[in-house]
Amino acid sequence: MNGHSMLRETLRRLSRNPLAVAGAAVVLFFCVLALFPWLVSSHDPNRIDILKILEPPSGAHPLGTDDLGRDVLARMLHGARISLSVGFVAESIAIGIGLVIGLLAGYYGGKVDSLLMRFVDIMLCFPTFFLILAVIAFIGPSIWNIMFIIGVTGWMGVARLVRAETLSLKERDFVAAARAQGAGTARILFRHILPNTLAPILVAATLGVAGAILVESGLSFLGIGVQPPTPSWGNILTAGKDNIEFAWWLSLFPGLAIFLTVLGYNLLGEGIRDAVDPRLKGR
Amino acid sequence: MPETPGTPKTSGAEGPGALLSVRSLKVGFDTEKGPVRALFGVSFSVAPGETVGLVGESGCGKTVTALAVLRLLQTPPARIEGGEIFFRGEDLLPLPEKRMCDVRGKEISMIFQEPMTSLNPVLTVGEQVAEVFTAHGACGKREAADRAVEWLRKVRMPDPERRAREYPHQMSGGMRQRAMIATALALSPSLVIADEPTTALDVTIQAQIMELLQEMREQEKMAVLLITHDLGVVHDFADRTAIMYLGRIVEIAPTRKLFADPVHPYTQGLLASLPGRNRGEKRLPSIPGTVPDLSAVPPGCPFAPRCPFRQGAIRRYQSGTSAQDDLAICDRTDPSPSEYGPGHLAACHHQRSARGEGAR
Amino acid sequence: MLRYVVRRVLVSVPLLIGISLITFGVINMAPGGPIGISSDLNPKATAEYRERLKAYYGLDQPLYVQYGRWLGRMAVLDFGDSFSADGRKVWDKIRERILVTLSINVLSMALIFLVAVPLGIYSAVRKGSVFDRVATVTVFTGFAIPTFWLALLLMILFGVRLGWLPISGLVSLEYDTLPLAGKILDRAAHLVLPVFLMAFGGLAGISRYMRSTMLEVIRQDYIAAARSKGLPERAVVFRHAVRNALLPVITILGLSVPGLLGGSVIFETIFAIPGMGQLFFQGVMSRDYPLIMGILTIGAFLTLLGNILADVGYALADPRIKTERAG
Repeated sequence: MNGHSMLRETLRRLSRNPLAVAGAAVVLFFCVLALFPWLVSSHDPNRIDILKILEPPSGAHPLGTDDLGRDVLARMLHGARISLSVGFVAESIAIGIGLVIGLLAGYYGGKVDSLLMRFVDIMLCFPTFFLILAVIAFIGPSIWNIMFIIGVTGWMGVARLVRAETLSLKERDFVAAARAQGAGTARILFRHILPNTLAPILVAATLGVAGAILVESGLSFLGIGVQPPTPSWGNILTAGKDNIEFAWWLSLFPGLAIFLTVLGYNLLGEGIRDAVDPRLKGR
Repeated sequence: MPETPGTPKTSGAEGPGALLSVRSLKVGFDTEKGPVRALFGVSFSVAPGETVGLVGESGCGKTVTALAVLRLLQTPPARIEGGEIFFRGEDLLPLPEKRMCDVRGKEISMIFQEPMTSLNPVLTVGEQVAEVFTAHGACGKREAADRAVEWLRKVRMPDPERRAREYPHQMSGGMRQRAMIATALALSPSLVIADEPTTALDVTIQAQIMELLQEMREQEKMAVLLITHDLGVVHDFADRTAIMYLGRIVEIAPTRKLFADPVHPYTQGLLASLPGRNRGEKRLPSIPGTVPDLSAVPPGCPFAPRCPFRQGAIRRYQSGTSAQDDLAICDRTDPSPSEYGPGHLAACHHQRSARGEGAR
Repeated sequence: MLRYVVRRVLVSVPLLIGISLITFGVINMAPGGPIGISSDLNPKATAEYRERLKAYYGLDQPLYVQYGRWLGRMAVLDFGDSFSADGRKVWDKIRERILVTLSINVLSMALIFLVAVPLGIYSAVRKGSVFDRVATVTVFTGFAIPTFWLALLLMILFGVRLGWLPISGLVSLEYDTLPLAGKILDRAAHLVLPVFLMAFGGLAGISRYMRSTMLEVIRQDYIAAARSKGLPERAVVFRHAVRNALLPVITILGLSVPGLLGGSVIFETIFAIPGMGQLFFQGVMSRDYPLIMGILTIGAFLTLLGNILADVGYALADPRIKTERAG
């Protein structure tokens, strides 16, 4: 099986799925905005102007101003950078942990497997949001801590997925052949098994980034995520909640941004799943 | 095209007196790879009280034919692309679903292949038999339950009162198949379609179930469409036998005639590899080559790639024994059936020229 | 059946021990243990409060002794005293609020079940129809909407603009003066938005799940067999298919407990509902560690209980398990 042509075939199928393409476009759009916020707005996201508190959308401030007179559009653009990188880094951590645990459990089987999988079961018993909040209470809410916490509480699904893939892959002929040629465990795991689990991991990762962005925005919304004055979509919404009776724009736009980003990642993820394995379509 | 399948010219059994008459039935499926044909114009009939065997390898379209008769094919992906299914002179295909429900279970019923999976795991066996009475308004709930027990007794289910209250998983395959048979016969339908009724069972149980079917058939005077891959079974039970290959009936004849004088090379192959023509052998014998994928059926006779006549003709031509490829037609045209005796049809180019058309 | 339940509970014991180990680990993972924390949230981490902690955890003892004592107290629901000004027992504080949270969770779960199941059935039976497509799009949207944002929008719409529904608390200020019917109505009105929002996330997922198990069941032989008896489509779907398709959904409902509990932190905070979620949030904000650990443990315990109940429910609904244990 040629990895290269499989990738091309997958991309071809992906490009034929209009929903997946739309999802990819949304994701790309927000990434560009996050990388080059000055393309859209020249306002300083942290400039306080007490004369312009809670102004509705206007030419000068297309998305209005917040309770400190800061430009909402500028804050959202810079918030995009924070929210997207939290989602990305947190999910990378989750994938990393899930990958190692899943590979070890699936490859070694037996006691190692049952021990690791019991650990997964135990972790799944905790309401994730409770666990995240509890850890934050101990180590405090900084951006890095938030990334770390979302990552270490969100790897269980990936671990189960990788374990299942590894279990079936290790019985395949090419693994036996590699072993017969004297390949070591590390080589078999990383050279032969890992690349074959990439497709489902990619799907899980895409959906996972969406999930991490949702969790981060929820935490920031509650005031225990990204801390002001650093803007994030979630903490702009906090101001929206506090001024719910006079400033609808503070609630509407950041939420819309979260919604579209998450929707984009979800559509892209589902699209990748269908493209990788067309049999699962419509499930 | 004088011998188009389904023209009434065929035989006495297919005349106006037929109970079931399937004519040029074509069925296709939509798959990931595009549309695939499963039935290429299947025609046969069943007379009242008659047992017709439908024999072929798995995947040849036997079950699709059965499900199509009861209109139980899932559409989509299945699609009926042509043909008629006459039952008591009425075409079933255009019937409204509600009328079709009246036919199912009451006029035509079906015994499924897998007793393990064709009983609902969350309903008791008694409930599932009784359902057939209530569905057709034959009687009230309580009476239906009593009649279900009566029928379980008739099919010799041990301890029927207790078994009626049990769930399918608590029973053996043989008992489940007895329950299925009770359900199928409960309203004394005029036609029962038995789709490999014994395939999933142990050998000893197979004989018992066939015996039961035989007995019930005589008692209830019903017609049976017996679908099987077991030539021994049709030999013992079927009045007439149809041989299916790749979505076509390649030969149909009174069973005795078919076993004595098979015309189609596929039938000949099947019979030749029955050891002593006894019933010990349950599997279809091996014929060289494999059944082509339905999505890639070659033009011409579907059996040509495995056919000894066709392969012989190719060898003669290649070795120069024969000046021309005298059976080249096999690769170009799908043969239509010709008559080789009363009610004996077979679709083979070679035999038509060798034996002469309409040889009686 | 009883034996099945007992066995199912016994299997959970190692999980319970694991849960206690992790909760214990969380306390000790903080740099310098539970009292060595440099605080961002609560700068008033005084020396006196450190002493209280030290005494509570017995930090002079070796780790396994600390764990043993922690486990012993956990078994009798002794989570220590709250760090807050009132200094009450943590379990007492949880106890007076847990019912509110549980009843909202149960109501949400009932709503999920009542709406998602028919939705899933109808989508599956009419697969590919306009209804199914609209439902699919709605589900996708539902997955992506941040529910706390939806909460804000609904508060603006129904609370602020239309003024139809209250947006804070469980009862109105004048609750005590209302007649009985008014009291019930008042409570119900306060519950509408929180219960709907809590259910919203689950609705999308479970209706989707119901749809796919229905599609799976409809392909089974016994459905064709039921049709072959001449049963009308209605009976085939409801009597034969739905019963089987519901079985896995019972398990999934059990698995939705942790999500609902997590959601209650957000919604009880937004709607100022005096439940366990709000208490937890307040505990996190004020670094009330005994309270945090208490609720974390209770949350894990409830999740485990949800799983057990789901398994028992499954066993009751599936004769294959029920009769196996009886016989």
